[in-house]
Amino acid sequence: MELNVVTKPEEIMDIKEIIKPENLVYQKSEVLNDDIMHYCPGCSHGVVHKILAELIEEMGLQEKTVGIAPVGCAVFAYNYIDIDWQEAAHGRAPAVATGVARLNPDNFVFTYQGDGDLASIGSAEIMHACNRGENILVVFINNGIYGMTGGQMAPTTLEGMVTATTPYGRNVDLNGYPMKITNLIAQLPGTSYVTRQAVHTAANARKCKRSLKKAIQNVLDKKGTSFVEVVSTCNSGWKMSPVEANNWMEENMIPYYPLGDLKDSVKGEHSEN
Amino acid sequence: MGELRLMKGNEVLAEAAIRCGCDGYFGYPITPQSEVMETLMARQPWNETGMVVLQAESEVASINMVYGAAATGKKVMTSSSSPGISLMAEGISYIAGAELPCLIVNVQRGGPGLGTIQPSQADYFQSVKGGGHGDYKMIVLAPASVQEMNDFVDLGFELAFKYRNPAMILADGAIGQMMEKVELADQKPRWTKEEVEKMSGDWATIGKPKTRKKNIVTSLEMDSDKMEENNRRFQEKYQKMEEDEVRYEAIQCDDAEFVIVAFGTSARVCQKAVEIARAKGLKVGLLRPITLFPFPKKAIKELARKAKGFLSVEMSAGQMVEDIKLSVYEAGSNARVNHFGRMGGIIPTPTEVVDALEEKFSWELSYGVKRSY
Repeated sequence: MELNVVTKPEEIMDIKEIIKPENLVYQKSEVLNDDIMHYCPGCSHGVVHKILAELIEEMGLQEKTVGIAPVGCAVFAYNYIDIDWQEAAHGRAPAVATGVARLNPDNFVFTYQGDGDLASIGSAEIMHACNRGENILVVFINNGIYGMTGGQMAPTTLEGMVTATTPYGRNVDLNGYPMKITNLIAQLPGTSYVTRQAVHTAANARKCKRSLKKAIQNVLDKKGTSFVEVVSTCNSGWKMSPVEANNWMEENMIPYYPLGDLKDSVKGEHSEN
Repeated sequence: MGELRLMKGNEVLAEAAIRCGCDGYFGYPITPQSEVMETLMARQPWNETGMVVLQAESEVASINMVYGAAATGKKVMTSSSSPGISLMAEGISYIAGAELPCLIVNVQRGGPGLGTIQPSQADYFQSVKGGGHGDYKMIVLAPASVQEMNDFVDLGFELAFKYRNPAMILADGAIGQMMEKVELADQKPRWTKEEVEKMSGDWATIGKPKTRKKNIVTSLEMDSDKMEENNRRFQEKYQKMEEDEVRYEAIQCDDAEFVIVAFGTSARVCQKAVEIARAKGLKVGLLRPITLFPFPKKAIKELARKAKGFLSVEMSAGQMVEDIKLSVYEAGSNARVNHFGRMGGIIPTPTEVVDALEEKFSWELSYGVKRSY
């Protein structure tokens, strides 16, 4: 018997039928513009950008959002998400966001920072912005490495992990320990919602989107600082294929940086974590 | 006439900021300027005008809060003293590179390092030549009285917005700490949201309406040709400042054979020095630069045609003296340029200045003519 294999959608549905709005199953957010992203294939930035753009659109925030871009690969975040942006000096995004949010409290202000930016050079700024309970969202991309400058050790680099500046693996006697800065942040009474998520699977990306939505709503409700860590891959920096990087992250990063909410309370309360 | 008060220079800075409709102040305590934030916190202007006042965790944070706040198109400022300004240098460079207006006050103390808390003018180079990395300049105003501390806040903001560039008030510990009579300005309202949108809506990060493209505040440009173009635009702006914004005061310079050049506290001392010298029969004048950048080159060139010598009096090892030498050289004059200064937080006395002038120009005083190098 000859199988009648349908290979082209036109054969089952007229093209004019397909583009009818009621047949729409997925659409790129209009807040995410058409510029070709400079991120490497397999990098987590693209997914997080997409989620943020979708939420800004779904929550009707495009006209009141101000994003603060970091130094690192995401320095060019302003090329991709169609909102007003300010590019901060390395590590200083929380201070810059403080300036914007204090002067225009009706704006929704968020920072987007990597682990070198947030946990190393900007550790003072992030601690104090969270401690003051600034009404901002912090999106913290933790891939355990300085991606843009060529894969050097970050505070979050795992023990034994090979980087450009730890070519024999991170030695904790020499370099100290991988820093769980999100756990420190959760101790600060200025924060209301502190969570750690990932986007390496569709299920994780959906969960991350739910967390980010809640975090944004908290900021709109003036509940203090919301902090969302996204444990991420940097397959180029890790010298792996995207699939290898996802697997390596699951096996190594997530056991040390377990996913889930670290704090969900109201501003002024101390975390029990 | 405005309200008269007896106030400290630092207190006046705070009062003038509130009264000129400033929207935000971000600072960190450091002697000898801590009274600025203390006065603001005691005044609680947020109740009266809505002005935001915030104590940051460091000078690094406070200048970056200013960077963020300045991007909203509002009037924002910070103040500090020398070591704190060094910490802010990176942020000031970003603000200049992103072309944002703001006001920065440096109430100088002696250095290098932790140095001393006593007054100094040793941050001249840092202030007028850029200070942070990259090719940038900012208008630097040098107050010589508590009244000018008041007046330069409003003027500083006006110039910052005129050029979309940081402006600096370069005071010193003496001006900050001393009390004088001051005539305060009347309260001006803060700009409304509509006014800010009208003035700065084409660049400020205040939320993107559907009707316009997104505004991006950044100093980054990876395309070298475009970055050079940006730099050219900055340089044209600084050139325009040099053409239009020079401010100085000339005291008894018309017939002066010797011109003392001094700013800020040194200029106050030198006013007395001129009196003493004149009483001795020496034809001495005082040129007081009010803007240190742009430097009053033309005025010095003009004076260099007749004057036999220039004495730069600074509370430093001699920094402004280099700009005076450059101006005299450009004028093609062979008038000698000398420097007299005290360091370590010491303010020179008027008689010291006159003695230095007589000693350094003893040749000219003996022979009555210019001495070539």
